[in-house]
Amino acid sequence: MKIVALVKSVPDTESKIKINADSSGIDPQGIKFVMNPYDEYAVEEGIRIRERLKDDTTVIAISLGPDRVVDVLRTALAMGADDAIHVNDPAFEGGDPLANARVLAEVIRPLGAGLILGGRQGIDDDASQTIPAIAELLGIPQALIVTELTIDGGNVTARRRIEGGDEVIECTLPAAVTCEKGLNEPRYASLPGIMKAKKKEIRKVTLADLPLEANQVGAAGSRSKMVRYHALPERPPVKMIAGDAAQQAKELARLLREEAKVI
Amino acid sequence: MQYPLTEEQRLIQQTARDFADSVIAPAAEKHNREGKFPLEIVKQLGKMGFLGMLVPESYGGSAAGNFALVLALEEVNRACASTGVTMSVQSSLVTAPIVHWGSEELKQRYLPKLATGEFLGAYALSEPGSGSDAASLSASAVQDGNEFVLNGTKNFITTGNEADVVIAMVRTDPSHKTRGITAFILERGMKGYSVGKKEDKMGLRASSTTQLVFEDLRVPAANILGEVGSGFKIAMHTLDGGRVGIAAQGVGIAQACLDASIKYAEEREAFGQQIGKFQAMQWKIADMAMRVEAARLLVYNAARLKDEKLPHGKEAAMAKLFASEVANDAARDAVQIHGGAGYLEDFPVERYFRDARITEIYEGTSEIQRIVIARNVLKNLK
Amino acid sequence: MANGILVFGEIRGGGLKSVTREIVTAAAELSAAGGGPVAIALIGDGIDAAVTEACALPVEKVYVVRDTQLAAYSTQGYTAALKAIIAQSGANTVLFAATAMGKDLSARAAAACDAALFTDCTEIALNNGALHIKRPVYSGKVIVEMEATAPLQFASIRPNVNAPAAGAGSAAVVEVAAAVDAGAIQGRVKEVTATSGGKKDLTEAEVIVSGGRSLKSGDNFKILQDLADVLGASVGASRAAVDAGYVPHSMQVGQTGKVVNPKLYIAVGISGAIQHLVGMRTSKVIVAINKDENAPIFQKADYGVVGDLFEIVPHLTEECKQLLAHS
Repeated sequence: MKIVALVKSVPDTESKIKINADSSGIDPQGIKFVMNPYDEYAVEEGIRIRERLKDDTTVIAISLGPDRVVDVLRTALAMGADDAIHVNDPAFEGGDPLANARVLAEVIRPLGAGLILGGRQGIDDDASQTIPAIAELLGIPQALIVTELTIDGGNVTARRRIEGGDEVIECTLPAAVTCEKGLNEPRYASLPGIMKAKKKEIRKVTLADLPLEANQVGAAGSRSKMVRYHALPERPPVKMIAGDAAQQAKELARLLREEAKVI
Repeated sequence: MQYPLTEEQRLIQQTARDFADSVIAPAAEKHNREGKFPLEIVKQLGKMGFLGMLVPESYGGSAAGNFALVLALEEVNRACASTGVTMSVQSSLVTAPIVHWGSEELKQRYLPKLATGEFLGAYALSEPGSGSDAASLSASAVQDGNEFVLNGTKNFITTGNEADVVIAMVRTDPSHKTRGITAFILERGMKGYSVGKKEDKMGLRASSTTQLVFEDLRVPAANILGEVGSGFKIAMHTLDGGRVGIAAQGVGIAQACLDASIKYAEEREAFGQQIGKFQAMQWKIADMAMRVEAARLLVYNAARLKDEKLPHGKEAAMAKLFASEVANDAARDAVQIHGGAGYLEDFPVERYFRDARITEIYEGTSEIQRIVIARNVLKNLK
Repeated sequence: MANGILVFGEIRGGGLKSVTREIVTAAAELSAAGGGPVAIALIGDGIDAAVTEACALPVEKVYVVRDTQLAAYSTQGYTAALKAIIAQSGANTVLFAATAMGKDLSARAAAACDAALFTDCTEIALNNGALHIKRPVYSGKVIVEMEATAPLQFASIRPNVNAPAAGAGSAAVVEVAAAVDAGAIQGRVKEVTATSGGKKDLTEAEVIVSGGRSLKSGDNFKILQDLADVLGASVGASRAAVDAGYVPHSMQVGQTGKVVNPKLYIAVGISGAIQHLVGMRTSKVIVAINKDENAPIFQKADYGVVGDLFEIVPHLTEECKQLLAHS
């Protein structure tokens, strides 16, 4: 089986996000880009499934994006992925999740992947749309935000988080699964893994390699457009409540009810 | 700091940074307070290959080299200098000389296990009566057939309590000072080998520092590293590499001080504003930032020279001397920036302050480094 | 040429989820801005109760697909049914709650319909008929404003952004025949298990009382639970409290836990590490109770109380009980 792990390069969670001069995006200056944390679970899960199956299963890491995503693909290789594909073309720029899904679906289709794994969301646009859209385009079932995954022959059992509980989904392979914290504990890349990854070739895929037209991808193929980015509105300064514990509690309850109107 | 790294170097640095931030740092405070050797973390570093960076692939290492090693060492030391020195000793003082001078048999026997952390290693040069004046060491070895019989005591041995394998410098010929010293590889299980008391130290409290005692310890001649009489040369050459590692430790500690100072200066408010807005704080932090980068560049240079097999004795000494002083200056300023809070165990700068101190002392004191540098630049003295 | 707004009605346990009422409120606002009539889409089997509830809401029509194949939720089956409803209703705007089901279905259906989709919106409006939204991105560190450029436009809206719609409407039921092919459903929900004993999940809670390491033990979380019971709130925790083993990870709010958006967030003994702040900073009103007046949480709070939480919280519980008893 071929397992695809979709990985994305996103700002490190500690990064301070600043909006750029014309409010069209974020200022990349000083931002450290890393593998999307949820995608680490996807790579790890793919490797674990391969290790469990002990057959000819391979894990292929795929990333769509500019040159910096190569670092993320190397990380996936160093963790233990077998191959990596870098999907990049000026025509892909500015794509919304659906436009990106069109590209990725066509990259994945000829691979005949049995399982497509990815993170539950990219912690940049937080859209959670690309992988279900790929599943729709490929006509395969999906299980999102998964914390437990069992593969038995051609059947998948996935436990996923929902509000106030869990939901168990049963589906057939091929399938698309997005990974949530708790699914596994991603391994660190090892030094031998890094040295081996260095020698592996990362295959490049451009628009010319895909059965798509320029107007189906990138900004041209998108169904939405960015208008502008906004900083978070500034909160008014904190109102400190003085007095002894009883007075503080009484005043707080009054303010929450009469001023904030939240209780 | 902006510095051009290859993809592979970035990945090594990033992996070390992730591991340092998410595994080493959270446990560092506890390990140091309890004086507990971070065995599990060191073993994990071994599994990840961070103890075999100077070991060729054919012996189970990654041959990533000295430059990659200092990238990783800085990150580990930023989180915990006790873990950092353990890693540095294992790589630079134990695996490196075996790679360089070990027989094929010794390499095969020890390197794969040292590279993966299955074995931990120590380097035994100092003695109760000889520190900086290493050539006056008195632990002795007398040949008896195919074996040597060792007697003596070694002092200040990092990882002494946990080491499975020790490289010990021992006098085989009392008539020659430097050429009468031989390097042996000892194993913990050997009869006559014992570990002395664990020292109570000001800093690096999670690393173990012990005496090692040899009493009629019989070692096969095959366990000699290099040749009989080449021990002092091996010791000095090895320390050149070790100094680069300690220099990287200094940079790591200094960077930790800088990170903590920036964080605190941005968080803490006094006189109605963030203290980072006061020029007094800004100057301290600006100087600290500049000096950390300067120290790092010296370390990078020494490591790269070593990787290229170019002479690097002077550069290693400069890197070690400068980085250790930067670490101590940074730690002092970091405590000052934190004010009273910096004097408490609650904030990590108190630990950085104590840990930094040893970097000016071990693997050659600052005075010795100055001598090394002076000898390299004053070449025409009579 | 707006021609209607469709709200996907979420059904759990036979009834309409309350979050659907909030989405109806959002739809009504779009309708008032020229978005066309509002309708609800209901999908499932044995859903009469939900249909009745939906008909009472201030909407024009309730479109229903009933099919035994759809008794359990399946992304593919529901997508097919929703497509049929969209076609029959002629709606061009489809709204979902940004819940597990809403996000699962909206992402799939948007791809199936070649529609624009905005996930997790906190504001929505129409601009010449085009959906114009705001949503937090980069873990809530910034807001992006976006606009749909396709004739068909979807959005999922965060719970607790809108007040729930009430009213005694009498919408007409339109049964929609969707030929759902059982063979095309390759996966479905087999089992649903509740974890938090009927309490609202943190991500849906309107009021959250969260505790940090200063609670000192899991048992001490009882004083938070008491306050939560009075306020109808859910109890959360900081990572420090979870790491210390006081409470399970399912209660963790923050970067590596749940991202919450309640109207009131009470942080008790939580210092406010950045990892925690990103999980709750979009809360409408934030209260911080902490003994350390320098705790960074106060910089994010609307109301701050410096003092011993073990004294203040029980007093607060009592005060709230009295206030609410008189309302």
